Amino acid sequence: MYKLLLCWRYLCTRYIALASIISVMLGVATMIVVNSVMSGFAHEMQSRIHGIISDVVFESRSADGFMDAEWHEEQIRQVAGDQIEAMSPTVAMGAMLYSSHLGAHPVQLIGIDEKTQSSVSDYGRYLQHPENRKAMSFKLREKGYDVRDPQGGPESPERKQLGQSGWVYRREAARIEKFQQQFLKPEKPKTPAPAPTSGPAADPFAGRQTPENRFDPEKDEHTGVVIGMALASYRTSEGEDRFLARPGDDVMLTTVTTGQPPKESSDHFTIVDLYESKMSEYDSQLVFVPIRKLQELRCMIDPTTGVGRVNVIQIKLKPGADGNAVRDKLQKAFSPTLYNICTWRDKQTALLAAVEMESAILNVLLFLIIAVAGFGILAIFYMIVVEKTRDIGILKSLGAPGRGVMGIFLGYGLSLGIVGSGVGMVAGLLFVRYINQIAGALGWITGRPVFDPKIYYFYRIPAIVMPQTVLWIVGGALLIAVAASILPARRAARLHPVEALRYE
Amino acid sequence: MSDELEQILGQPATSLRPTPVASGLRLTPHCAEKVVAGDVAEHEGRETASPNSAQDHLLTIDLHKSYRKGAIEVPVLRGVSMSVERGEFLAIVGQSGSGKSTLLHLLGTLDAPDQGEVYYAGQRIDNQPAAARDRLRNRQFGMIFQFYHLLPELNTLENVLAPLMIAQSVWGYLRERRRHRARAEALLEMVGLSHRLKHRPRELSGGEMQRAAIARALVAEPDLLLADEPTGNLDQATGQEIIRILRTLNRERNLTIVMVTHDRAIADQAHRIVRLANGRIEE
Repeated sequence: MYKLLLCWRYLCTRYIALASIISVMLGVATMIVVNSVMSGFAHEMQSRIHGIISDVVFESRSADGFMDAEWHEEQIRQVAGDQIEAMSPTVAMGAMLYSSHLGAHPVQLIGIDEKTQSSVSDYGRYLQHPENRKAMSFKLREKGYDVRDPQGGPESPERKQLGQSGWVYRREAARIEKFQQQFLKPEKPKTPAPAPTSGPAADPFAGRQTPENRFDPEKDEHTGVVIGMALASYRTSEGEDRFLARPGDDVMLTTVTTGQPPKESSDHFTIVDLYESKMSEYDSQLVFVPIRKLQELRCMIDPTTGVGRVNVIQIKLKPGADGNAVRDKLQKAFSPTLYNICTWRDKQTALLAAVEMESAILNVLLFLIIAVAGFGILAIFYMIVVEKTRDIGILKSLGAPGRGVMGIFLGYGLSLGIVGSGVGMVAGLLFVRYINQIAGALGWITGRPVFDPKIYYFYRIPAIVMPQTVLWIVGGALLIAVAASILPARRAARLHPVEALRYE
Repeated sequence: MSDELEQILGQPATSLRPTPVASGLRLTPHCAEKVVAGDVAEHEGRETASPNSAQDHLLTIDLHKSYRKGAIEVPVLRGVSMSVERGEFLAIVGQSGSGKSTLLHLLGTLDAPDQGEVYYAGQRIDNQPAAARDRLRNRQFGMIFQFYHLLPELNTLENVLAPLMIAQSVWGYLRERRRHRARAEALLEMVGLSHRLKHRPRELSGGEMQRAAIARALVAEPDLLLADEPTGNLDQATGQEIIRILRTLNRERNLTIVMVTHDRAIADQAHRIVRLANGRIEE
């Protein structure tokens, strides 16, 4: 009882000791904030990566891919059918995107099956037209693209240009173009779309280009393409997106055919939607077209059977299925020289491992800060024990055992730790709760945005509080506070009562 | 443990203490019997005065104690043998530095002698394990000091209750806190401090602090009071007041008191005076 009472009284009267635990408090708060933001970012990143890469990827080692996706899907189902929810064939190939507004960009051209693609990944979720998010289509919509970033929330800036996109914009642009051409060069009537540049006569689809002369951009569209948001737009320092190309514009894609030697093959496409995963790596590189069109472009269709070749089969697993197990099972069944099978994590091992490493190192460093605070507690406790030498003598003369005296100071250390880590925890959680407001205020005070939406593609700082992590941090801080009070407490316990009573 | 204390506290304040043997046994329930038997047998074989358990409340045999100052050993006590009867009020006088405080610390088991033995109620106490000595100081001995030694963080009432808090576990104490509090208040009223219950020691005068210290020394119902210069820091009138309280306690409660003082006038009010000089007793 005297231990509790004295602990409490010391806690209430020694403010200098409270000052010593401010460092514990700050350490705990910082660790909570940093961990929450780190795991927020990691989670965002993982969900973006996972959004574009399906659970398990079954890919061909050859650039030409393999024949007959359906037969392969059947084989895969036989090996691990009980764990597979859906599959979608894909063709992936490097390509060049060209447009008079955008310039030329090297891109990753991905042919997808618009019916099954959304069943294997979150792809559809990142599109800008609400109807496309529900059911993907490679046809240009009339209008109705989201003016506000569907993932950004109400405070994200408006994208006015996107609101006017679609057929409405295409017709308007075509009319202006036509008028300009008539007005400036009336003697040379020509369609606004650039003339076909696919030179090689060997191109089996060259003949397709002949109706080009009758192509009217006011009424007709090319095959649809979905390009990444970062390809189509740039972001100003105010966080506003400016669009260089939008749904309704035409672009040209150039890739190579299969076979030896590969020959270049190009065609026109009409942008039907924009893709925004907020992973700049994807948003600036990925271009989606219908799989059939890409197969045609790359001469991947067997002219006799009409069956196409594909590179990749994306596999979506049932909830709770173990991706690594499925991967190993499939790899055993399919020859590793022809097929490569990996999970979405394997695809981004380096990135994920780097983030984990960063967060581990940061945690070690921050925990060292709390450990430094522990030494502060130790020093102040030592002073308090010296100051309280006489009281310790009095307690011992009243029959308090050494253990009891030690208990007072250990309890004191623990209660300081509880106060420090408790206040730190509350401060940290509040900070995380209002992190965007705080970042905004800091940006306003310093005049330079803390969280620049130009650099990060999020409007808000993502933060996830993991209760387990918070418990670990608070527990560690308590442990350090108690450990730091062990030495002074032992000294107190070992004081000789007579010498302690004589101490002035 | 709390049963034991209940036994002590449950006795009416004016009743006589239990027989020495009984109290000795109660002191260390597990090992006392063995230790006593062994020690007594050992001492009966010697020629020196064996502890007379019927008469002597406190007995010392040939106590030696020296302090080390750097490399030099300074002898303080050089063979002190004395005895205190039950219910006696004994004053130990001597000049400062004569070792009277050291002797009192040895009697109160705050310090261990280099050589010699201390008996309490017929039982050797100086070689007891620390836990047993702690319990002895907590329950059988009351101590008051020249500098009062109240805990500055606690108020008067809490200071008086401190020995009971030390004696009992948290729950044991909380269960009986009303009774404890009533007892502490009664003691504080006895020493005339019932108006100062919630004051901190620094708000009290010297005399008041010493009276609070007396109340604290008595709260666990000890049968032996060790007083180290209880009037040393007080003016004469206040000192007289303290001595009057001690005499009353000695008379009415049959409390054995050993008081160390350098003031002859104070010492004269005790039943018996022993003089300590050069580390030895001079009657």
